[in-house]
Amino acid sequence: MSFAREASRAIRSTFVLWLLTGILYPLLMIAFGQLVLPDQANGSLLKNAQGTVVGSALIGQPFTSDRYFNSRPSTTNYSTANPQQDEAGVLKTGVSGASNLAPSNPALLERIQGKSDPDPAKNITGDLERLQSAGISPTADLVYTSGSSLDPHITPEAARNQVARVAASRSLQPSQIEPLIAQNTDGRFLGIFGEPGVNVLKLNLALDALQP
Amino acid sequence: MFQGWLQIALTIALFVALAPTFGGYMAQVYLGQKTLLDPVLVPVEGMLYSLTGTEKKEEMTGWQYARAILYSNLAMGLLIFFLIMNQGWLPLNPTGLGAPTWDTALHTTISFITNTNQQHYSGETTLSYGSQILGLGYHMFTSAATGLAVGIAFIRGLTGRPLGNFYVDLIRSITRILLPISIVGAVALMLLGVPETLAGPVVVPTLEDPAVSQAIARGPVAHFEIIKQLGENGGGFFAINSAHPFENPNPATNLIQIVAMVVIPSAFIYTYGVFANSRRQAWLIYGMVLTIYLLFVTLTAISEYQGNPAVNALLGNVQPNLEGKEVRFGWAQSALFATTTTGTMCGAVNSLHDSFMPLGGFVLLSNLFLQIIWGGQGTGTAYLFAYLILAVFVTGLMVGRTPEFLGRKIEKREVVLASFLILLVHPITILIPGAIALAFPEQLAGISNPGFHGLSQVIYEYASAAANNGSGFEGLADSQPASTGLWWNLSTCFSLLGGRYIPTIALLLLADSLSRKQPVPMTVGTLRTDTFLFTGVTAGVVLILGALTFFPVLALGPIAEAFQMAKGG
Amino acid sequence: MESSNQFSSTPPRAPGGPRQSRRHTPKADMSGLYQRAVKQAFVKLDPRITVKNPVMFIVWVGTIVTALVTVNPNLFGNVSDAGLNQQIFNGLITFILFFTLVFANFAEAVAEGRGKAQADSLRSTRSDTIARKILPDGSVQEVSSTDLRRGDQVKVIAGDMIPSDGDVIQGIGSVDESAITGESAPVLKQPGTDIASSVTGGTRLLSDELVVRITADPGKGFIDRMIALVEGAERTKTPNEIALTVLLVVLTQVFLIVIATMSPLADYVQSPTTIAILISLLVALIPTTIGGLLSAIGIAGMDRVAQFNVIATSGRAVEACGDINTLVLDKTGTITLGNRLASQFIPVNGYSEQAVAQAALAASVFDETPEGRSIVRLAEEWGAAIDFDRQAAEGIEFSARTRMSGTNLPDGGEARKGAVDAIKGFVRSRGGTLSADLDTAYEGVSRLGGTPLAVCKNSDIYGVIYLKDIVKPGLRERFDQLRRMGVRTIMLTGDNRITASVIAAEAGVDDFIAEATPEDKIDVIRREQSQGKLVAMTGDGTNDAPALAQANVGVAMNSGTQAAKEAANMVDLDSDPTKLIDLVAIGKQLLITRGALTTFSIANDIAKYFAIIPTIFAAAGIGSLNVMGLKSPQSAIISALIYNALIILALIPLALKGVQFRPLTANQLLQRNILIYGVGGVIAPFIAIKLIDLILPIA
Repeated sequence: MSFAREASRAIRSTFVLWLLTGILYPLLMIAFGQLVLPDQANGSLLKNAQGTVVGSALIGQPFTSDRYFNSRPSTTNYSTANPQQDEAGVLKTGVSGASNLAPSNPALLERIQGKSDPDPAKNITGDLERLQSAGISPTADLVYTSGSSLDPHITPEAARNQVARVAASRSLQPSQIEPLIAQNTDGRFLGIFGEPGVNVLKLNLALDALQP
Repeated sequence: MFQGWLQIALTIALFVALAPTFGGYMAQVYLGQKTLLDPVLVPVEGMLYSLTGTEKKEEMTGWQYARAILYSNLAMGLLIFFLIMNQGWLPLNPTGLGAPTWDTALHTTISFITNTNQQHYSGETTLSYGSQILGLGYHMFTSAATGLAVGIAFIRGLTGRPLGNFYVDLIRSITRILLPISIVGAVALMLLGVPETLAGPVVVPTLEDPAVSQAIARGPVAHFEIIKQLGENGGGFFAINSAHPFENPNPATNLIQIVAMVVIPSAFIYTYGVFANSRRQAWLIYGMVLTIYLLFVTLTAISEYQGNPAVNALLGNVQPNLEGKEVRFGWAQSALFATTTTGTMCGAVNSLHDSFMPLGGFVLLSNLFLQIIWGGQGTGTAYLFAYLILAVFVTGLMVGRTPEFLGRKIEKREVVLASFLILLVHPITILIPGAIALAFPEQLAGISNPGFHGLSQVIYEYASAAANNGSGFEGLADSQPASTGLWWNLSTCFSLLGGRYIPTIALLLLADSLSRKQPVPMTVGTLRTDTFLFTGVTAGVVLILGALTFFPVLALGPIAEAFQMAKGG
Repeated sequence: MESSNQFSSTPPRAPGGPRQSRRHTPKADMSGLYQRAVKQAFVKLDPRITVKNPVMFIVWVGTIVTALVTVNPNLFGNVSDAGLNQQIFNGLITFILFFTLVFANFAEAVAEGRGKAQADSLRSTRSDTIARKILPDGSVQEVSSTDLRRGDQVKVIAGDMIPSDGDVIQGIGSVDESAITGESAPVLKQPGTDIASSVTGGTRLLSDELVVRITADPGKGFIDRMIALVEGAERTKTPNEIALTVLLVVLTQVFLIVIATMSPLADYVQSPTTIAILISLLVALIPTTIGGLLSAIGIAGMDRVAQFNVIATSGRAVEACGDINTLVLDKTGTITLGNRLASQFIPVNGYSEQAVAQAALAASVFDETPEGRSIVRLAEEWGAAIDFDRQAAEGIEFSARTRMSGTNLPDGGEARKGAVDAIKGFVRSRGGTLSADLDTAYEGVSRLGGTPLAVCKNSDIYGVIYLKDIVKPGLRERFDQLRRMGVRTIMLTGDNRITASVIAAEAGVDDFIAEATPEDKIDVIRREQSQGKLVAMTGDGTNDAPALAQANVGVAMNSGTQAAKEAANMVDLDSDPTKLIDLVAIGKQLLITRGALTTFSIANDIAKYFAIIPTIFAAAGIGSLNVMGLKSPQSAIISALIYNALIILALIPLALKGVQFRPLTANQLLQRNILIYGVGGVIAPFIAIKLIDLILPIA
């Protein structure tokens, strides 16, 4: 077989398969998604009563105040930035990322435990300190950063540990809040696979709906 | 804890149960037998054959087969490199991204063409939708199909058949295996919440502080995601791969992803059994791999479940290590995913390997070193049998005959190819660049975690490249614009290419040479390879030969880290 | 296990007579063997020799490097404590590495020494003699035997040494072949017959005069080839050996990479190490055990073949013996004793058995063949006695034309015995009549697998002598063993189907070909080979030559013709066809020994790793992996290296003698050998290194 023939076959199959798997297949799938499952296909966006998008049911948001159930620590702060000061261009594309700290890395312990340093710039407030000062008994999910930095969930235990504080801050009864946790908990698949998680954004939206 | 082990066990049971049916189907496909989809696919394939100039009946020799792979992969690579470098003006670029640096584009091209999908870039911020759909998504099909083609050509040779025709195998792998499953899978993922849109990111004010906005990256993820898993590609649409809630939103999609990434290499062993007409041997080998896999899953899961002792001391009780893990997956699905993705050479991650406990890191590295705890698409099974050939040779002499496998004598040529393939390619493509990088930690390595873990980071990166896995200890500063980005992009290209094409050529030549041998009839004097005893011997050979090469780096990396942490230091 | 003895080097022999008694020739002189081997071990340190063995060459280079860092520890970069201790330690490593090399060389030297001794004893038959070369004009010229060429004709006179291998073309004479075969009885040589026409150089003509056509150029005879082989001079590596060497070289390269890349890794984790330690680790890991013993195993294999009085023309042929699937054996001389024995008289025409015995005795008194003597013996058991004057009687010899023999009695009577048809013709010519019960008797004997001989006196047929084929004792068991090893046996015979099937069943062969012609032999071999089988056969006649050449292993009998010997790849000096069975065992043993030591060598590495890595990287905190609890890094390294060197020495006897072979199935063999050499290879060094560590006076 000549080189020319071998090369021609290589090039022809490159383009033919490109057409099939790089163009036709995605086109078909995008069309299907947009026509049949537009909600999921566009990112499971949550809209408020006015119809404005407030976030995605699948993507977490940062919550650190007492009024809200706090979310997990995030290395990208849930792909957020102040639009006025977005030098890194976070809002242009959206980002995701993790700490990638090894368990043996002292920086991990410093982040969790905090580190006092004479130089205030080097002073680190630990996640643990933060939780303790907020009066939340710590759980693993609240001291470890998530994988995506966009984790929409906290564990039901972490949510329960925050009920009293949120209730106090909003002057509500814990019993008013507790049903919201149950309503916004995503269970295991078929009751078997995965771990249950409380969707923090949806929970906090429900909280606002209960008491704006 | 019980809940965790239960879901691990059920997930494994699911893909094991699929092996005979799916493996049998793949055997039908590659034996050219009638299948259910024939009425649709026969005309489609006929068209593809004539468009590509493929003659269905033409048989290729090992060397012709290898050349067809090299030429076609080169042509495909050039196309993708062109697309990426010109994404700035090409369509489907809603976020207006410019071209990445040439070395990132080169590394990405080579990484995807070799079925590795090692990513020295962040999907959201570096590549346009166009580059992802038209370039990477396309490569996910062709590189996976190339792997399947190599695997099946090897099995054909091993069982005394002509090797077949690369283009026929390439096309049939796509039309009959990858594409139909991808279409069904993509629809399922969409139903479960994975986006599939050409619209750009959504920017919304956050609930807590409207002055701060959140950018929600989106894209045509679902169709990309399924072939990423099924083809054992592993290159995420987003930087953070299957940990990203849009790639893998819930435990249901996670189950689909795990099964998708392991189902082909696991069933392929059964496909071998059909070709060799020895399902007994296939199940024995399957059992051997499954046993090592179960051991590895257990080790990783236990160590993640027990968590980080230093942190546990602060928390006041034993809690799982959730650093770099998502709540919805927890320790069990994260450990299972990680062990499976490194074993199958998929390389997708739903949790961050860099943050795994040392024992977990040990397992993940070992998976990359061995390459057969399911192994890559097609090539994993081929490696498995290359190991078997080596085991036959080493121990087969002890029965007093020239060693033979499936009635074919293992002689010099076979030993040269198998031992080179199994024993030598890996140390060359992992240890040599690893040692160079570690000799200049500041200038080249860009290590982010101090101490022994830093060594693991470097070795992992090359092992992942050489094994065509693609996952990483991602803390490593391996991407542009880090100063070490250029070194990493170029040096891993060496490992990627060496780890893919040298073994591919060696496997095909080995298959060719075996297929030409006159089979020797079986007698009681023949060493039977379909026995528990021999399978055990093979497991020993696999573990010992793997351990002999990589024991020092494992000792100085994860093992030393484990002792260090045990001491509380 | 009782049956296993059959395959050890000195089996209790039944077939072909007691072999030991015949094996006195190549009784090699082994005195001084070890002294010479020790000397050779040092001579072989010459790098030009060592470089041929890639594994040991690495050790050689390593020794030089450690010697250099003994002189100056800082030669390859500064070492933290480059004091006297470091020099002593490096010196110690150099010393042990040096002896690792010497031990490996010693193994090879001993094997070669034994081969050489064997060769010398063969060569002693080979001294130059003066040959009487017959020139074309018929005159005789005295030349040195080394000047003879193939095709030359020489005259040999009683008392002369036969100068070279050749064929007798003229004359009859008895030759003493004891120098080669150990058989003391002289052998009659004459032209024309297949068996008796070939002579071997180095044997001595005892009587008369022969003209011999030389068939081998000097140095090309069988003996010369064997000498070269057992000396190891012309030893080319066998296919399996080459494949194994490839694997060992690849393993060595792997460890070279592992060790070469270890230095930056160690530096990175701040646990730096020295070049001497890295070389120690390298030498400990590369497969020196099998690398050092591989050539000794091969040479010893050839030597074992020579001890069996078989001359092999290549190591490849010996190795192929282990792979044999099918043995093709001639019935006569191999499966049955060459001679049939009379076992029964079957009277016809109403005669009594005593009468038949009397007639048979009369017909056989002059028959000196073994058959004839057995008839006499049987007749005498029946009470027959010679009732005529022997001097006055005349013996009639068997001829191919008449196909009968007998005696012309003094009273003018004619006693005859012979093929039934021939006797029928004889009786008819004498006016006698034939009865139907003769045919019944004839068929009866045939059905039993025997040869019927009719006996007559004058015109009366007395009866039929049942000549029985005697299957060699012990063969059945051997064929059983072969079957267990997966070797099929096929018997070839010129007998009819009925006879053949009876013998086949009695001997326990797997298959037989009856009424076989020489062409059938080659057809059988081709048929088996077309199924991918490896075939071995024995042969002696000229018409066996094509089949011998076609077979994967062809063993020619030394008593056979030159043509047969040329075509074969082995020559059995004892002319004992059953020896093929022993050769199969030797071939297998050769492969097993290589496989076992390779497995052992690789399995050893685990312990060596566990001895060395944790101790030298104790600074990295992995000291807990030091499961053997070795005293110190120095002691660990020295212990591992001493073990590494001593194990070569310890395994020399095994390499030379070969792993004990038992006729088991492949699976049983694997199970057994994996347990001994695989699992044992993992465990043994842990114990040995710990013990050495305890004994060593190093802190």
